[in-house]
Amino acid sequence: MITVSQLSKRFVVSRRKSGLKQATKSLFHREREFVQALDNVSFTIPDGQVVGYIGPNGAGKSTTVKILSGILTPDSGECDINGRTPWKQRREHVAEMGVVFGQRSQLWWDVPVGDSFDLLRDIYRVPENRYRANVAELTERLQLEEILRTPARQLSLGQRMRCEIAASLLHDPKVLFLDEPTIGLDAVSKLAVRDFIREINRDRGVTVILTTHDMQDIEALAQRILLIGKGRVLLDGTLEQLKQQYGRGSVTVSYSGGEVQKLSELEIVEQEPGRLTVSTDGSREDTARVIAQLTAALSITDISVKGPDAEEMVVSLYREYRV
Amino acid sequence: MKKYASFFRIRFVNALQYRAAALAGMATQFFWGGMLLLMFAAFYHSAPESFPMDFQALSCYIWLQQAFLAMLNSWAFENDIFEAISSGNIAYELCRPMGLYGQWFVKAAANRVARAVLRCVPVLVFAALLPAPYGITLPPNVGAALLFVFSLFLALGVVVAFTMVIYIITFYTISPTGVRMAATSAAELLSGSLLPLPFFPEGLRQLAELLPFASMQNVPLRVYSGELSGQAAAWSVGLQVFWLAALLALGVWMMHRALHRVVVQGG
Repeated sequence: MITVSQLSKRFVVSRRKSGLKQATKSLFHREREFVQALDNVSFTIPDGQVVGYIGPNGAGKSTTVKILSGILTPDSGECDINGRTPWKQRREHVAEMGVVFGQRSQLWWDVPVGDSFDLLRDIYRVPENRYRANVAELTERLQLEEILRTPARQLSLGQRMRCEIAASLLHDPKVLFLDEPTIGLDAVSKLAVRDFIREINRDRGVTVILTTHDMQDIEALAQRILLIGKGRVLLDGTLEQLKQQYGRGSVTVSYSGGEVQKLSELEIVEQEPGRLTVSTDGSREDTARVIAQLTAALSITDISVKGPDAEEMVVSLYREYRV
Repeated sequence: MKKYASFFRIRFVNALQYRAAALAGMATQFFWGGMLLLMFAAFYHSAPESFPMDFQALSCYIWLQQAFLAMLNSWAFENDIFEAISSGNIAYELCRPMGLYGQWFVKAAANRVARAVLRCVPVLVFAALLPAPYGITLPPNVGAALLFVFSLFLALGVVVAFTMVIYIITFYTISPTGVRMAATSAAELLSGSLLPLPFFPEGLRQLAELLPFASMQNVPLRVYSGELSGQAAAWSVGLQVFWLAALLALGVWMMHRALHRVVVQGG
C-alpha cells in the first residue's frame, strides 16, 4: 500500500541567457529561480496495482519516482510505503523495492551481467535458493541465457533493458518503479518487456508504478492512470474512464450517392467529394447512431470506424490542462 | 559485511583486467624511482653531513613509495564516482540497502589495492636486486615489519577517507576539478610524496608531521626501515589512527548532510 499526501518539492535553477557577456555577468550575479517540481501531490495505490504515471516532460514524474524510491527528500508532505517513509528509512525501504531508470544503467559496465547479478544478490542478501530460482525464472522469461555471460557494454539496448529489469527483480521486491522502461526499444523488445511486466504483476502480485511517454505501454499495462502536470495530479482514473470522458472517435465513409445535407446534425470533421469523416464521442452507442444515420442518408461503398486513440487523447488532455 | 566483501571483489576483478596499464605504470615507477635516487645520491655526495636521513633508509622509502604508489597516492580518484554525481547515476547507488559512504569507500579502496597488488611485486623484486645502498633491504626486525603493514593499511584508510571528502564536496560544486587540484597539490607536498618530510625545514617539518597528509605516506614508508621507531613511531601511528577516525567521521557527517539536499542531475 502506497499513500502519498501533500508531497511538494522545488528545485533551484540558475538561469542565464546565452552569450559571453551574460556568462561574465553571471559570474558576479546569478539569477536563481525556483521550479516547483511537485505541488501538493496526493494519491493512494493499493497492493498489486499497475499504475501508469503520465505527464509531459518536466511534469514531475521522475521527481515523484525518486522521492518514492528514497533518493530525494521532499520539502514537505508525507509518504508511506508498506509502513515506511522512504527518505527516512531508506535502507529498509529499498530492500523491498526494485527500480529501473530507463535512461541509466545499474549493471557493471566491464563485467558479465551474471557478475552484476551476483553482486546484487550479496547486496540484498538474497538467500541462495531464492536467488537461483529467481535467476532461472527471469532467464527463461526474458531469454537471457547467453546474455548473462556477456559484459554489459557489449549488449544491445534491448538486451540491456531486459537485464536491467531482471536485475531489479532479483530480491523479490514488493514494489517496482519503472521510469521509462521502454525508451528507445524496438517493437519486439517493447512487446517482450510489456508482456513480462504484466506476468510479473499477475504472478507475483508486485505493485508497479510505470512512467512512460509511450501510450501503448499504458494501454497494454496500466489498470489505472495518474496524470500529472506542472507538479499537480490532474486526473486519476482508469483508461476506460478517461476514454469515455476525453476520447474522441470517428467514422469515415466513402459513398457513391445520397444526400449529404440530411446529415446536418452530425459533426463533420472532413469532407471531400465522395468521402466524409464524422466524429463520435468514442462510445459504442454513439458510433452506432452515427453509422445508422450515415447509412440512411448515403449509399456507402466503404466504411471505417476509429475508436479513441490514447495518444490523441493525451495530447488533448495536455492541451486542456495547459501543461 | 558480505555485501562489502563482494563489492570489493567485483571492483578488484574489474581493476585486474587492465594489464597494459599495470605494465606501463611499472615501467614509469622503475624509471621515476631510479631518477629520484640519482638525484638524492648527487645531493648526498656533495654534502653528506647535511643529509637528514640514512641513505639506505631513503632508498627503502623511495622504492616502497614506487611499489605502493597506486595504493597511497593522493591524486587517484574514482572517475565513476565523479561521474555518478555529475550525471545523476548516483540514483541507482542510492537505491541499494547499504550506505553510500560504505559503497564508495570500498570501491575506492578495492581499486587501489587491486592496482597495487599488480604492481608492487615486480618493483620490490627489482629494488631488492639493486646493490646497497641503492636497493631495498628487509626491515631491521619483525616488529618494524609488522608495524609497517599495520601503518600501510592505516595510510590506505586515511587516503581513501580523504578522497571521500573530495567526492562529497562535488555534490555541491558538480565539477570536481577545482577542489581536486587544490587538495591534490597540498597532499602531494605535505604527505612526503615529492620530498620525504625529514628534508623539510625545521618548523614546517613539525607542522607537516601533525597534518593528516603525513599519515598517507610519510609514516609507513619511514617505519619500514626503522628510521621511525620506538616512541616516535608509536606516536605517528597513533596520529594515523586519529586522522583516520577524524576523516571518516567528517566524511560520514558531510555525506549525511549532502544527501538531504541531493539533486539527481540530468532528469
